[in-house]
Amino acid sequence: MKNLTSLISVMILSMALSSIQAAEYELDNKGAHAFIQFKIKHLGFSWLLGRFNRFDGRFTYDEQKPEQASVIVNIDTASIDSNHAERDKHLRGKDFLDVKKYPQAKFVSTSFHETGDDKAVLKGDLTLHGVTKAIELDVEHIGHGADPWGGYRRGFSATTLLTLSDFNINFDLGPASRQVELFISVEGIKSK
Amino acid sequence: MDRIQGGLMTWRNSRTHWGWLAILNHWLSVILISVMIALGLWMVDLTYYHSWYHKAPELHKSLGLLLFALTLFRLFWRLKDPRPIASGSHTNLEQLIARYVHLLFYILLLAIMISGYLISTADGRSIEVFSWFEVPALFAGFEKQEDIAGDIHYWLTMGLIILVFLHSAAAVKHHIVDKDKTLKGILWK
Repeated sequence: MKNLTSLISVMILSMALSSIQAAEYELDNKGAHAFIQFKIKHLGFSWLLGRFNRFDGRFTYDEQKPEQASVIVNIDTASIDSNHAERDKHLRGKDFLDVKKYPQAKFVSTSFHETGDDKAVLKGDLTLHGVTKAIELDVEHIGHGADPWGGYRRGFSATTLLTLSDFNINFDLGPASRQVELFISVEGIKSK
Repeated sequence: MDRIQGGLMTWRNSRTHWGWLAILNHWLSVILISVMIALGLWMVDLTYYHSWYHKAPELHKSLGLLLFALTLFRLFWRLKDPRPIASGSHTNLEQLIARYVHLLFYILLLAIMISGYLISTADGRSIEVFSWFEVPALFAGFEKQEDIAGDIHYWLTMGLIILVFLHSAAAVKHHIVDKDKTLKGILWK
């Protein structure tokens, strides 16, 4: 009985400690200090840029135990914006994202490994167009600290390269346009 | 009264026959609408490297805006020039249905063309008509305008196709079954 009590108190203590240490951050999408952008080559002649306007997510990060960091991001696929309504309509349609059938894309991290110099590799499962695939992102820890308005913020950027056919998006845009680069920049506000 | 009972066709409608301006409006619309439907259904499935990938939508938009102008003129002319009187062999119900089908044609056509315009102008871009003139976006877009307008554009067109069959079937019925001059009334004399 005494053992069980002490076990429970240790558990409660460790849970309390981990919740203090592994701070949770909410992506600052209200203030739009979070971006999910993509670029893909057009015919091999130039870059086409676009972004997703609506998403939410959160991450945990503890400087003492960075390997325990985790991220979840949900993206509203219909919010794709390439600054051209006709093209966006096409991108939302069946040839590409098919947003009526797949209104959400989701990233859930599985591991985080710091490699020094504020760099890290983030692995996780990306669900896009109904296909879930393990991907790897190169992450840079940009900075953190108290903001001027009483909060605490931490920000990362990340890049990765996706092959469209891996996600069953097979509309032929030409040989130079089979892969799309993602650039993600997020600022999280520490949850109180 | 410049309404003529028979003889040579005039540019205005007679009691039994449509005038040549109305006939021209009607058949020009038939041709343009057919081309627009075929072009519209074809162009959305073109591959990216097809030489018509950009040309087809440009043509569709240009012809669409000209058809819009033609339809407005048609509507004006329809209201201005009294229509021929329906053949006496038509029942009251037939006449009533015909009137509503005609009214619905105008409503559908205008709604289809306006929704088409709303797809292409959703981001404030104007529509170029054959490098001839531009029709600007008239108001700031609403959320997902191009998608909502696109669905309306497609489904109303499907409705229009059904209405075309109904309208044509009625014309053929009057010609073959009733053996009256309804169909001949919209043909060149």
